[in-house]
Amino acid sequence: MDGLAHQIIAGIATGGIYASVALALVMIYQATHHINFAQGEMATLSTFIAWYLVTEGVPYWLAFFATIGISFVIGALIERILLRPVQNAPPLTHVGVFIGLLLIIGNATGWIFGYTTKVFPTPFVSDRPLMGGLVSAHELGTTAVTLVVLMLIFVFFRYTKLGLGMRAAAYNPRSARLVGINVGMMLALGWGLAAAVGAIAGMMVAPVVFLDPTMMLGILLYAFAGALLGGIDNPGGAVLGGFAVGVLENLAGAYVVGTELKLTVALIIIISVLLVRPAGLFGRVVLSRV
Amino acid sequence: MNTTRRSLLLGAGAGAATLALPNLAPAQEAPGVTANEIRIGSTNALSGPVSSYSVISRSHEALFKRLNEQGGVGGKRVNFIVYDDGYQPPRTLEQTRRLVEQDRVAFCFNQLGTPTNSAIHRYMNQRKVPHLFLATGADKWANPREFPWTIGFQPSYRVEAQIYARYILDQKPNAKIGLLYQNDDFGKDYLNGVRDVLGARFDAMVKTATNEATDPTIDSQIVQLQGTGADVLICGIVPRHAAQAIRRVHDMGWRPMFFMTNVSISASVVMTPAGPEKGVGVITSDFRKDQSDPAWANDAGMNEWRGFMRQYLPEGDQNDNNYTYAYAAGLTMIQVLRNCGTDFTRENVMKQATSLAPLELPTLLPGIRVQSQPTNYNVGRQMQLQRWNGRSWERFGNIIEGASV
Amino acid sequence: MSSATGLPEGVAAAPVPVAEAGTPAWQRLLLVAGGVILALAPLWLLESFHLFQLTMAVIMALAVLGLNIVTGYNGQISLGHGAFFAVGAYCTAILMSHFDWSFWWTLPVSAAVCATVGFGIGFPALRLAGHYLALTTFALAVAVPQLLKHKAVEDWTGGVQGLFLVKPDPPAFLPVTPDQWIYLVVVSIAAVLFFLTWNLIRGRIGRALMATRDHPTAAEAMGMDIASLKTKAFAVSALVTGIAGSLSAVAIEFVAPDSFTIFVSITLFVGMVAGGVASILGSLFGGLFVLFVPNIAESISKAAPGVIYGIILIGLLFVMPDGFAGLLRRLTARLRRGGTS
Repeated sequence: MDGLAHQIIAGIATGGIYASVALALVMIYQATHHINFAQGEMATLSTFIAWYLVTEGVPYWLAFFATIGISFVIGALIERILLRPVQNAPPLTHVGVFIGLLLIIGNATGWIFGYTTKVFPTPFVSDRPLMGGLVSAHELGTTAVTLVVLMLIFVFFRYTKLGLGMRAAAYNPRSARLVGINVGMMLALGWGLAAAVGAIAGMMVAPVVFLDPTMMLGILLYAFAGALLGGIDNPGGAVLGGFAVGVLENLAGAYVVGTELKLTVALIIIISVLLVRPAGLFGRVVLSRV
Repeated sequence: MNTTRRSLLLGAGAGAATLALPNLAPAQEAPGVTANEIRIGSTNALSGPVSSYSVISRSHEALFKRLNEQGGVGGKRVNFIVYDDGYQPPRTLEQTRRLVEQDRVAFCFNQLGTPTNSAIHRYMNQRKVPHLFLATGADKWANPREFPWTIGFQPSYRVEAQIYARYILDQKPNAKIGLLYQNDDFGKDYLNGVRDVLGARFDAMVKTATNEATDPTIDSQIVQLQGTGADVLICGIVPRHAAQAIRRVHDMGWRPMFFMTNVSISASVVMTPAGPEKGVGVITSDFRKDQSDPAWANDAGMNEWRGFMRQYLPEGDQNDNNYTYAYAAGLTMIQVLRNCGTDFTRENVMKQATSLAPLELPTLLPGIRVQSQPTNYNVGRQMQLQRWNGRSWERFGNIIEGASV
Repeated sequence: MSSATGLPEGVAAAPVPVAEAGTPAWQRLLLVAGGVILALAPLWLLESFHLFQLTMAVIMALAVLGLNIVTGYNGQISLGHGAFFAVGAYCTAILMSHFDWSFWWTLPVSAAVCATVGFGIGFPALRLAGHYLALTTFALAVAVPQLLKHKAVEDWTGGVQGLFLVKPDPPAFLPVTPDQWIYLVVVSIAAVLFFLTWNLIRGRIGRALMATRDHPTAAEAMGMDIASLKTKAFAVSALVTGIAGSLSAVAIEFVAPDSFTIFVSITLFVGMVAGGVASILGSLFGGLFVLFVPNIAESISKAAPGVIYGIILIGLLFVMPDGFAGLLRRLTARLRRGGTS
């Protein structure tokens, strides 16, 4: 029974990682109605920027917020430079652009910063291990940060004019334009915010999994799974989904099929859920009119 | 235009000076060899998720540049051509065929990866193109009877795992072993090596768990292995996961006899990130000097390598142990070329590569020599056990030769 | 002898789709003849390495065509077609290396297995739309290497070490090298499948596929069985991509889990977008793109070829948002207009 508890705790700790990245995915979906396959790579790049700042002697929190700012600008620029020219192209072309972006950023990061595993500092330190060494102070801190970001996003999209405008621009650009929303600006802002949330996720994840150019490769798939499980249009659902994937994956690996297939089984469970609830556990069912 | 003419003149001058015209004749007929150049090919993952290994090719380029500046070998400069295969076996075949059929290289050297080299294993042997010193630790390359044209380089992971298993039987005959390995050819060799030694006792003594290279964390596997009551832990995993494992095992208060693959023991990339004090007691078996280990701070061989890095690869990350590996492989290649004299035919290159007298290299541990015999293609076959003391690796016991395990 | 003379007719089919139904007979004949020459010319013009590259490009084109059937024409986004590619390759490899089957006999088995798997995937796909389907298929492709390595099937698939096989020898009466023979085999099989797909798409079924993509409700109202159409589209699509996988297995003579990572699926998707979504000729261009552009990228920069590849891809999509086929369509339209004015 001890083993089971340990697996669940370890799963929740890992799930926190998935949750924070899933949140970034939902964020960009809310703001642009795209699923950005380069999200993981962008977050890794942001984390490397933070790492560079910290190794150059910038204090942690200053580097933290500077990175968020830089990432925001990078995200907005990507929208302006890369997405704007193809905004009228078929949706599959957008996926093509995202893949191109993934290739560029993914390969450039290692080329610029080197490939060796790097230590990324954490602001949350404790002297002794918590819960039998299964959870670190950092992992608790990460969860707290994720929840704070979640709350901010919720308030932002629900109650601020800007947030509502962004959602409108993504959901129905034509009508949004008619009511006087600057759709282009909103999309750029959305990309900027998504990149910023991704940067936070990256900086929270890096101390646990260690920083290297492929850090997000594996995480992104689990984060996608978490976001889909919870509902891609529901930030809270995505966070819960992330935690659920972390726990499910561990339990499947430890008790069901062995570790060789733990990814496969976790995915099968998620797909089964989607078959019953195609919009995710907490997603809104969208009815389309003809 | 200018350079061509100059090198032509140089070549003619060299020929006239030595008056060794009869010797030049076979060299000119050999594929990939011209009057003043010898072409060597390679493939590596210059793009994609495992492009961290691309630095190996960068190092070879720099090393051959230094060789050419020092006058080349056998009166010829080396033209080293490397192509990107993205670690995809079909691309490796394509790029290798480009090297052999279009660029007409004399031979291929230090191509990266097990699945990738598998895809060209037969092609190289059918074509009788030397397939030298592969950058992979699989143990299937030393098979002179079936594949006489292929030869590996580093000691195989399987032999490394055999060494650990031997040591465990010696020290803790009733050990309960937890084995964590990456679910690919690299990790599976640790499973095979341990099984080789334990034989029928394997199932009773060993509990295994696997991870994928892309898994974000391996906490679940560690928890699982601890839960089996294991008092020995062997890990065949990549550096990022190794650092996680060392930290997690320590934080959980688990104190097994802990073996870590020599792929993941760099002081700067694994031990320091994990927390140097958390890895105290971890055992490995290596053939290289670790450049970030203070023990080698003033070592003559390592200083030679550092000088090379400063001069030829100033941008290179000196903490990356792929560079020290590449330096050793490159020097071995150059030694083989020197041994060829002026005869760079494929037959002679292969003959020299498979009859290499024991050779000490600046970035390998003292006493460890690379060598080959026509009947034994295990070039790197020696290792030594070492234990982490919180600051650096302490070697203990004798140098172990893989074949004798 | 009849098979030798029958070959060029099949080969010709690939470039045919340019011809519209209203084209006069002599023009069509000319196009067919041109296609045959175009497809066979490399046999004499290219040395073995470039012929091998072209063989691989045709294989990729065929795989992209498969993806185009379900994603381009039927609108079900699949990011996991590498999985079907792998299933096809492994079918052929297992039958050839464990049972000594001839390559030709493995093809129908591979086709049947892939179609069945595709049909099976098609059912859950019915419930999922858009991004959800894309990510579910993506997950499928991620899981494939894991499944191939699993203990339960290791004896068959060769586990992490993969399987070796030998490509078929040319028949004694044909004076061709093994490289030329495999090119002929690949081109003829691809031509047959391109021709059949073209027939399927321009007929009743093709119109139904596109109708379900563009106006599902209207299509249903007109009496189309959408569920059956969509699952069958998945099956046909998987079949075509699976045959491409079989061909790649014999052309490379080796299969391993690492040959079928998620990057195969991404490559196929890139090929479809670059060539042109919902275009048969575009698939051909897509195959050429994914095979040759990485080499071009590499010749530009050895330092970071992946970055250059990404830049080329995005640049191409800027210039041709609807791919190569879209550009061709617009050029033809302009020529036509120019011709009538």
